[in-house]
Amino acid sequence: MLYWDYAAASPPYEEVVQTMEQIMKLHYANPSSLHRPGAEADRLITRSREVCAAALGVQPQEILFTSGATESNNLAVKGAALQYRSRGRHIVTTEIEHPSVYESCLQLKSLGWEVTFVAPDRTGVVDPAQIAAAVRRDTVLVSVMHVNNETGAIQPLREIGSRIKAANRRTLFHVDGVQGYGKLETKIKEWQADLYSLSPHKVRGPRGVGILYVREGVALFPLLTGGSQEQGVRAGTENVAAVVASAKAIRMSGERREAFNQQILPLRNRLLEFVSGIPEFTVNSGRDGAPHIVHFSYPAVNGEVMARKLEELGMTVSTRSACSSRLAEPSRVLLSMGRNAAEALGGVRISLGDSHTEADVATLEQALLNAVQALKIVERGIK
Amino acid sequence: MMRDLETAAAASGGSSIEYADMLLLRFGEFTLKGKNRTRFEKTVLRHVKEMVKPYPKAVLSKEFGRIYVTLNGEPARELAEALKNVFGIASISPVKVSRSKFEDILAVSRTFLEIIAPAQGTTFKVSARRVWKDFPHGSIEMNKLIATPLLQGYPGLLVDVKSPELELKLEIREGHTFIFCEQIAGVGGFPLGTNGKAMLLLSGGIDSPVAGWSSMRRGLEVECVHFYSYPYTSELARQKVVDLARVLSRYAGVIKLHLVPFTEVQTSFTGIGQDNLIITLMRRAMLRITTQLAEREGALAVVTGDSLGQVASQTLSSMNAIGRATVLPLLRPLVMMDKSEIVELSKTIGTYDLSILPYEDCCTLFVPKSPTTNPNLRIVEKIEATLPGYSARLDAAVAGTETLSITPYGDEKPSDVVAAQAGLQEEWF
Repeated sequence: MLYWDYAAASPPYEEVVQTMEQIMKLHYANPSSLHRPGAEADRLITRSREVCAAALGVQPQEILFTSGATESNNLAVKGAALQYRSRGRHIVTTEIEHPSVYESCLQLKSLGWEVTFVAPDRTGVVDPAQIAAAVRRDTVLVSVMHVNNETGAIQPLREIGSRIKAANRRTLFHVDGVQGYGKLETKIKEWQADLYSLSPHKVRGPRGVGILYVREGVALFPLLTGGSQEQGVRAGTENVAAVVASAKAIRMSGERREAFNQQILPLRNRLLEFVSGIPEFTVNSGRDGAPHIVHFSYPAVNGEVMARKLEELGMTVSTRSACSSRLAEPSRVLLSMGRNAAEALGGVRISLGDSHTEADVATLEQALLNAVQALKIVERGIK
Repeated sequence: MMRDLETAAAASGGSSIEYADMLLLRFGEFTLKGKNRTRFEKTVLRHVKEMVKPYPKAVLSKEFGRIYVTLNGEPARELAEALKNVFGIASISPVKVSRSKFEDILAVSRTFLEIIAPAQGTTFKVSARRVWKDFPHGSIEMNKLIATPLLQGYPGLLVDVKSPELELKLEIREGHTFIFCEQIAGVGGFPLGTNGKAMLLLSGGIDSPVAGWSSMRRGLEVECVHFYSYPYTSELARQKVVDLARVLSRYAGVIKLHLVPFTEVQTSFTGIGQDNLIITLMRRAMLRITTQLAEREGALAVVTGDSLGQVASQTLSSMNAIGRATVLPLLRPLVMMDKSEIVELSKTIGTYDLSILPYEDCCTLFVPKSPTTNPNLRIVEKIEATLPGYSARLDAAVAGTETLSITPYGDEKPSDVVAAQAGLQEEWF
């Protein structure tokens, strides 16, 4: 079985697993406890914060640990909206955001906030001018992802950031960096981002931990109250082992970013060319997209049928993002890019990782051909 | 002081100073002092060297009245931020360097002007100084020779030779010509240690670090003394003092911190039935221990953060009763300052945020309900004379003192904090 779903979850580095195991055994004390073992555990959290901050080029006190990127995104969107509700009740985001941002915005909408959803162009990229045009005096937050989790489209964050700040310098800018980190350069300061979410398990770290960068001076309304952990913004006993292992994974994948690109870009390009050559497919990712995602639609059959067929042939792929793949509805992202219902239902995502080789891609290509061949029968049957 | 630099940057059109090839540091008021001058300059140079250590590519050279820091790609702004805190430095200019050939000087001046991008209508003049007399054009001549083509290329500039907003200075030397226009204010004062050494009583509060900084600015070298009462006070409280000393070390290069175990001495005062005198007794004990440390370290005074009337131990009568416990001069730089002024200063020097961290220190421990504001010296002395083992306890505290050398970029920890971190393995990260 070949695994082609790195964008959903990536296997942790061996070193990360070892770190996690050692710390679970040695440092089970509660970091908030006053005794020596507690202080040691606390020190591990502090050091992890420093390591993450260095990897992102920010200050340690600007790093918050959460339970995952979903929580980071929820906290960024709802935490900012609630904290700054006196500034206004308007939020700008895009139609292609991950559900953890998208649904948070819808939830705020049900509570009386106004939300402007900006649509992308046919390639899945949003226009910075459209974002800026949506920003008003009462816009508290703009949330735009770095890399789309379905198509791999890269959003022009630097321009979006500078246009937001020119339109309203009090408007906060949140970037969901989950699919971008470790693949593309992360330039939080240049983007003028005030908030940035990150998920360690997408970069070969453990799950159960998320990172949220909160620019110094920005306050968030806590969604979880209780203890005074994480500067009182996020209560709950820290998962020490996973936090340390996350810091390690983030550091390692940051350091390996260029090598990663050198390794998988040729594979991605080859695969992209290959699927473009199959007349039954509509390709939804471009060459200028993220280096680890190839997404296409096979309008004749549902994406999940294609995925199951490929699995039969030994290839593990996703239909779109794992988070929404159990819904038998057309992809919101593809629809907003102007694809029709059949195309939006027939999406297949192949996401690469650093374990893949040229030979693996060749195997996958053969499997894709075989799958199309096999499914043609069904296709004809439908007609 | 952060603000100073920002205003300076804003004045030059908001540009940063990263254009600089070199920083030029000028000395302050001590240059007036004849025969000690060399010693003073050497001290400043040593301090500058310490601050430049984290930037290995930067190269220092000294000249009469100045120090040059050639950047070789190191960040100008960061270095200027660090160096303007060096006592004895009056000002810093970020400089562009050109070869001493007319065409080069003109070309670099042009680039320089483009980088700083003065706004339309900025008044302007060129001030050349020909230090190298073999250069073919004289100073006055150079002013015109450089200004004229610059003005042609930059129609928005207006000439004003009396008080221009932008003064482009050229210093023509045999090796190179320096071109600069900005002057960042340094902290001034006397070079560190040129006026002797004193012991600073450093608590975790707001006042004592400010007192330390003020003393250092007058050229006094300080060693910090901190009293802790584990287990009544936490390790974090002590770490906080290490961090405070680290902020002070930014101004000193290196600073010594003596951590005195005070629990035994302090608890011996609680059983004597004179609660209202505890603070007086405690302060006197601190002074006695500090005096012993001062003798050991060759210091000639004690600096405290006392400010008249702030708390019970800072009434005139308390100061009298407490101060008599030492023969050393007691220096109290803040004695006549308002709390709000002290707070402002502590924010400026960067100790405020640390000082307000809420850890209990030995001064807030065992505080009686009504400490006396008017202690009776005779009674205090009598209690001390009759306390069993009093001087032995003081000696033990001195003997148990741990001394750390704190540097601005180091990671020094008291020994038990180090032990707490022994569990941390760097390969985990």
